[in-house]
Amino acid sequence: MTRDEIKDLILEIIEDIDEDADFDALQADKPLRDQLDLDSMDFLDIVMELRKRHKLQIPEEDYPQLATLDSCVNYLEPLLTDA
Amino acid sequence: MPVPFAQTTDKYDVIVIGSGLGGLTSANRLAYCGYKVLLLEYHSQLGGLATWFKRKGHIFDVSLHGFPYGMVKTCKKYWNREIMNSIVQLKNIIFDNPQFHLKTTFDRIDFTEKLISHFKIPQSTIDAFFTRVAGMNFYDDQTMTTRELFDEYFPGRSDVHRLLMEPISYANGSTLDDPAITYGIVFSNFMSKGVFTFEGGTDKLIGMMASELEKNGVTICTNCKVDRIVVDKGQVRGVECRGKMISAPSVVSNSGITNTIYNLAGKEAFSDTFMEKADKVRVNNSSCQVYMGIKKEESFADIGDLLFTSTAPEFNATELCDLHTRSKTFSVYYPKTRPGHNRYTIVASMNANYDDWKKFDKKQYALEKEALIERTLTDLERYLPEVREKIDWVEAATPSTFNRYTLHTRGTSFGTKFEGLDVSRSIFKEVDGLFHVGSVGIIMSGWLGAINYGVIASNDVDAFMRSRD
Repeated sequence: MTRDEIKDLILEIIEDIDEDADFDALQADKPLRDQLDLDSMDFLDIVMELRKRHKLQIPEEDYPQLATLDSCVNYLEPLLTDA
Repeated sequence: MPVPFAQTTDKYDVIVIGSGLGGLTSANRLAYCGYKVLLLEYHSQLGGLATWFKRKGHIFDVSLHGFPYGMVKTCKKYWNREIMNSIVQLKNIIFDNPQFHLKTTFDRIDFTEKLISHFKIPQSTIDAFFTRVAGMNFYDDQTMTTRELFDEYFPGRSDVHRLLMEPISYANGSTLDDPAITYGIVFSNFMSKGVFTFEGGTDKLIGMMASELEKNGVTICTNCKVDRIVVDKGQVRGVECRGKMISAPSVVSNSGITNTIYNLAGKEAFSDTFMEKADKVRVNNSSCQVYMGIKKEESFADIGDLLFTSTAPEFNATELCDLHTRSKTFSVYYPKTRPGHNRYTIVASMNANYDDWKKFDKKQYALEKEALIERTLTDLERYLPEVREKIDWVEAATPSTFNRYTLHTRGTSFGTKFEGLDVSRSIFKEVDGLFHVGSVGIIMSGWLGAINYGVIASNDVDAFMRSRD
């Protein structure tokens, strides 16, 4: 997957969690949590969805890597090279 | 609908023991993920402590007293929209004690207003306090107690401490001596938008959840007490129930954490290091309740939805649990609670210690129960002077009652103290395929905590099951 595809994947998953999420003003280097009203349960949903769609096992200690859109892409890029 | 035990097969992907809100949610999530799930409940009714009972045309809710707004999102994501749409706000929360009397919507805006006007606390202190508690996480430092937190912001103000702590003590059994983070997390949840309830009552909620489970293909059996979780060579093999061995690579226990370790799996299934931690887990206090039903043709004016009442001069966690406590909550259920049913009921709740009630012989127990009812009616008369004549049903529950129906260790109503969270969260690292969900660590309790924890546990199960592929 390209970086853009990974970005779209994350946004698609967030949209499934909250259909009212507004991505227009989203800053990729700022925490998703503050900008989109996401809580820790929402991040768990993202982890579960990534496992379901791409068989990715993200250990709990790596959850902080999903904080911003940029950090998500950086973390997932090497894991999704063949996806 | 539950099916007869004889219809169960010999093998499932996941067996869930217990149908509290955590167990129900785990079962639902895992079935939704495509696993073959069996749910075994000891009682005849689903719901665990999220329960109700019927008497003389009344329906009494046992634990429907008010939950945070977060329940809306949680029900939408992990159950369905129909369930979410039945959540409504309880707007009249009353405090009545020798230190203050006030009515509040129990949210940050109204609390700030009350703390300024009623308690004369500067806005900057209130803002700093709210910001501090809102930023608390379960993995933060836990050495600070809630007492220390309160003393930092509101030194010497036992009235403010009471306003902030009393409702949370009733919500989850915590005290001023528990870690401040447990307080901050739960209090902030409530403060976001206030207190909410389920329109239609507990019976409607559990009925809707049962339908959703059925839709997702969960096999449900009630009246099925699991005797043993079978563990072999550090791996779960399944459970024994009614003399039958049912195999499964994953077992989720929604039995209490202490029951799960000592009675179901057996301590020999765990390492010494783990058992050292498990032995230190303290269960929370239990409860007493008095259920009062109003005659069909009778009614009364609005006295508030949830009343925190006390005649004790100051808040004190020991007093709150005392056999003869002068502190209790009244949850008032108006016809709006169950539209169409149109009855009034009142449930008084007190915190209580299991040992205080366990020590009585049969005769003393009955006498103490009667005295509890009498004290409750006298207290209620302060708000509804004519209530005795309007009541046509009254009965009481004690820690022994809670123990009998839920099998919880020492009848605990609120799971365990903080250390139980780590034990519950690490059980699957001890025994492959064994997971726990249920009230632990103070923060994972209450209806919202239980449902969210069910989701967290099902995430662990899903990760484990997929790692086996």
